[in-house]
Amino acid sequence: MSGAVVWFILLTMPLWISHVGGYTDLGTRVLVIGLAAMATNLLVGHSGVMAFGHAAYFGLSAYGTGLLIKYLVPSTPLGFLVGILVGTAGGAIIGYLLAKLRGIYFALATIAFGQVFYFIAFRWNSVTGGDNGLTFQRQPIHLGFTDINLGSSTTYYYLALAVFAVCAFAMAVLLKSPFGHTLLAMRENERRARFLSIPVNRHLWIAYTISCLFVAVAGSLYGMLNNFVSPHNLHWTQSGDFVLMAVIGGMRSFWGPLLGAAIFVVLQDYLSSLTDNWMFFIGMIFVLVVLFIPRGIVGLMQRKTS
Amino acid sequence: MTQLVLFNIFNGLVIGAFYALMALGLSLIINLTNVINFAHGGFLALGAYFAYTLEPYLGFWGALIISPFFAALVGIIVERVLIRPLYSRDPLYSLLLTFGLAFVIQDSIRYIWGAQGLPMKVPAALQSSLSSTLFFLTGYRVFMVVLVAVTVAILFIILKKTRLGMRIRAGTLDLEMVSALGVDVRILRNLNFGLGIFFAGLAGVLAAGMLGLTPTIGDGLIMPSFVAVIVGGLGSLIGTLFGGILIGVATGIVTVFFPSASEATIYVMMALVLLVRPHGLFGEEGGTKL
Repeated sequence: MSGAVVWFILLTMPLWISHVGGYTDLGTRVLVIGLAAMATNLLVGHSGVMAFGHAAYFGLSAYGTGLLIKYLVPSTPLGFLVGILVGTAGGAIIGYLLAKLRGIYFALATIAFGQVFYFIAFRWNSVTGGDNGLTFQRQPIHLGFTDINLGSSTTYYYLALAVFAVCAFAMAVLLKSPFGHTLLAMRENERRARFLSIPVNRHLWIAYTISCLFVAVAGSLYGMLNNFVSPHNLHWTQSGDFVLMAVIGGMRSFWGPLLGAAIFVVLQDYLSSLTDNWMFFIGMIFVLVVLFIPRGIVGLMQRKTS
Repeated sequence: MTQLVLFNIFNGLVIGAFYALMALGLSLIINLTNVINFAHGGFLALGAYFAYTLEPYLGFWGALIISPFFAALVGIIVERVLIRPLYSRDPLYSLLLTFGLAFVIQDSIRYIWGAQGLPMKVPAALQSSLSSTLFFLTGYRVFMVVLVAVTVAILFIILKKTRLGMRIRAGTLDLEMVSALGVDVRILRNLNFGLGIFFAGLAGVLAAGMLGLTPTIGDGLIMPSFVAVIVGGLGSLIGTLFGGILIGVATGIVTVFFPSASEATIYVMMALVLLVRPHGLFGEEGGTKL
């Protein structure tokens, strides 16, 4: 999938999405969740480590944003920054503990650590609202000369798109940089990378933190999109969704996770309106994707053209 | 106060026994096949619901013995059909598959047995309290701890003394070598998976007797079981057993002083263990499988 096509689709989305049965907020959700899936894929696809707890930083950031806007300062930009900061800090701390682990031990630890914040959000009723979640209201952005009113779905979509563009650009630059190449080297052959005197543990820690930074950006945007955050955003099921999206689209491609997110989010939206047993079908999607298209849709297309 | 502390320690022991049962099953499967079985909680629930269905015909005792076998049978079929094709691939895929499977099992249970909680009948003999001062020592809880102890002992005897057990242990160290020596590793992995699921099923029946049945009965138990495996260290079943009981008892003790932090405790413990011993308490330094 080439970049120009992606940008064209994203830029024009609010113009046509309602004509194909969607709505603008659904488009924003695809965008934001897609960003989270791409960030997860920095680790899963590009660095070859199984990060199964990224919902933690996603939700942590959303809670950071929501709590600040609701209780301290009613400011969207500040809430956004604080959310990112909180989510990234969480990622850096847990990443430090994880960086020495490898393989399925790493995967297990990411899963388990991912649940810490879930329990905190769930239990700390007086602050987080517990199981009922936290409702807040995103505020207009004051620029001095003019205000950006984020009340309309379309305006918020384009704000999210602008943030998405910056993040996507940063991720692309990162992957092309020497650091990005060392991540690929570690994925392909860690021992050899070690012999080339690459400090693999520290690189893994940095990569984990960067990945959490982008997930945190997505989490904050997601919280403000819904004006709501609940412990479900922190739950391990959400982490698994991010990884599956990367797999559906294609882990080895840059845009694959976004494509996967679009398919997954739209399907989930559609299925949950159609049947009460949507979880069964979501589960079957996991099973079928793993068994039949492990290299994702981008992988399928590549095989056809080659 | 002493009574309260004792009560919570005992409670922690009961919970720890659950965690240990679950975690041992997980550990068996991880050690031999590198599969992190997310659907373990789903299999636990299956065991519980099988027992609920069988109880009117077989009584509690019959259901307790038979339903883990049914759960194991489902596990064996799942392994044969869905997981076997994935062994040659990155462990990521089996993880994702069992992840989806957890959804499928949970929703199927909801569809078949309903979303409402169901009660599980427990024999009256087990429900009474054994002592009037130590009111919390109900027959069922004591029975549970004893049963778990016996089952775990049997597992270790199987692993030490039987041919299957020795092959499982050998396969944990070097599956390729075991295969080269003429053992059919496909059958070995299959039976081992069934054995792991048997433990989940047994935990399910016991949990149903204590907590009643809901489709999400396994959800609260799966994460602590993962933590137990990590704390104990990959590759060590003794470690897993120890880890399960340790976090159970620790949860019990923290509950006395700071009830709302009981879940967070186990993660703090895990963080501390990983800081000091990155491979877990009983995991071998550098010797764990990558």
